[in-house]
Amino acid sequence: MARMKFLCDADRCIECNACVTACKNEHEVPWGINRRRVVTINDGKPGERSVTMACMHCTDAPCAAVCPVNCFYTTADGVVLHSKDLCIGCGYCFYACPFGAPQYPKVGNFGSRGKMDKCTYCAGGPEADGSKEEYEKYGANRLAEGKLPLCAEMCSTKSLLAGDGEIIAQIYKERVMKRGYGSGAWGWKTAYRESIES
Amino acid sequence: MSSFGRVIRLAIGGWALLLLITAAPAPSLAQQINPTASSVNERQLLQEADRIQGRVSIPDQRSSVLMQPAGREWREFRNVVLRWIGGVAIVGMMAVLVIFYLTRGMVRLESGRSGRTIVRFDTFERFVHWMTATCFIILAISGLNITFGRPVLLPLIGFEAFSEWSQWAKYAHNYLSFPFTIGVVLIFLMWIGGNIPNKVDVAWIRRGGGIVGHDHPPAYRFNAGQKMIYWIVVIGGGLVAVTGYQLMFPFYVTGIEGMQLAQIVHSVVAVLFVATMIAHIYIGTIGMEGAFEAMGSGEVDVNWAREHHSLWLDQQMARTGTGGSQPQPAKAAAE
Repeated sequence: MARMKFLCDADRCIECNACVTACKNEHEVPWGINRRRVVTINDGKPGERSVTMACMHCTDAPCAAVCPVNCFYTTADGVVLHSKDLCIGCGYCFYACPFGAPQYPKVGNFGSRGKMDKCTYCAGGPEADGSKEEYEKYGANRLAEGKLPLCAEMCSTKSLLAGDGEIIAQIYKERVMKRGYGSGAWGWKTAYRESIES
Repeated sequence: MSSFGRVIRLAIGGWALLLLITAAPAPSLAQQINPTASSVNERQLLQEADRIQGRVSIPDQRSSVLMQPAGREWREFRNVVLRWIGGVAIVGMMAVLVIFYLTRGMVRLESGRSGRTIVRFDTFERFVHWMTATCFIILAISGLNITFGRPVLLPLIGFEAFSEWSQWAKYAHNYLSFPFTIGVVLIFLMWIGGNIPNKVDVAWIRRGGGIVGHDHPPAYRFNAGQKMIYWIVVIGGGLVAVTGYQLMFPFYVTGIEGMQLAQIVHSVVAVLFVATMIAHIYIGTIGMEGAFEAMGSGEVDVNWAREHHSLWLDQQMARTGTGGSQPQPAKAAAE
């Protein structure tokens, strides 16, 4: 089985936000929830870089480790998913996540959070693949259809890569070799405890 | 001569060739400029600060934090450190109490019951106590569930049942925080008068509070042990309330580090609070004869008051005009 990963080539990202839009549209993500976002560092200054970030589907995921009700699970493809039926909306996964991936709809009283929502790597949830219930809770299940996440598919500069970790790492390494530079795979050290040296 | 000229020509030719070779890469140098040389670098940014932050074009400005690996330390705290602190404090306290009960047993009323009672806590005081206590027990169980439920309870009842219970426990935890906080504030206000430490407490502590042996050091309305409980409730309750509301209204006043810190303070204070309250419940029930009545009916036996709060009893007697510094004969003996 493949180990699915995301890789953002920051030297290619132009902050067009197509990935963000594609994600929101594909999964009909409600207002206020952003499964993916683009962060621009040193905006307007020399050396500015933009990085698109969502759940990185970590190895030994911190969210899963701290969840009080153990609602997370990792698929055979290495995708970290969760069950909204089990989630109690405590917010602990957000405190543990290094990438700010978990999102909570504001429902009910005070600042109380609804059930957590995050990037599913376009792989749905525990419900039957492609079912109506799955779509309503987690959005489209493209992976079950043999397709990759839409954010990466939509990326206008092919900055965002999704797929088997070894293959996308190879593509990135070839790019770095060819153009002679690369700032590395952002977040890989934190998420997968490995880095692609450039 | 001609051979010399040939050497010169060769030398010049060689120099020219060398110049050409060295000059040749010059135009391609321009292409070799590394655009990332001056660009932001993940490793460098993480070394400079514990997070990488930028600008986002979506309304949620919190999402401008790109990476924040500090969550790892928090994870370690939550999954390892807190479970040790909580486990040792709570199980340790229970073990100490069991051993204490088995060796010392219930602290008996040495002079027996006099049959005469004196009001110790009025209706309002008891109402505040029990409101706070009820809330505390539910808050403690639902709180401990967040830390210990997954390893202890979940394997026993399964995912669905545990999640359902935890959801209700979370609601109870959120809502009961309000009466609990009101209770802590009222406790602070209504008993502050009797809980300022004084010289009597020093002597009380020096004599071990009468816990070991059969000593009964004098005390006013609250002895040093009770004063400790009072201040633990006031300070600990204040801390869990402040940090708890911070967790309940996430990110209103603080960022992610603040939230992690709030959870750390909240949970550590809470488990120590629970351990203390277990001791408080023990001594108020099976630990001491006649103690529960103080919060039960609100009236204690005069002999109980004399043994445990002699100075307070004297004050009360002086106020009501009934002299009685001598022990009352036990009811059983009088009959």
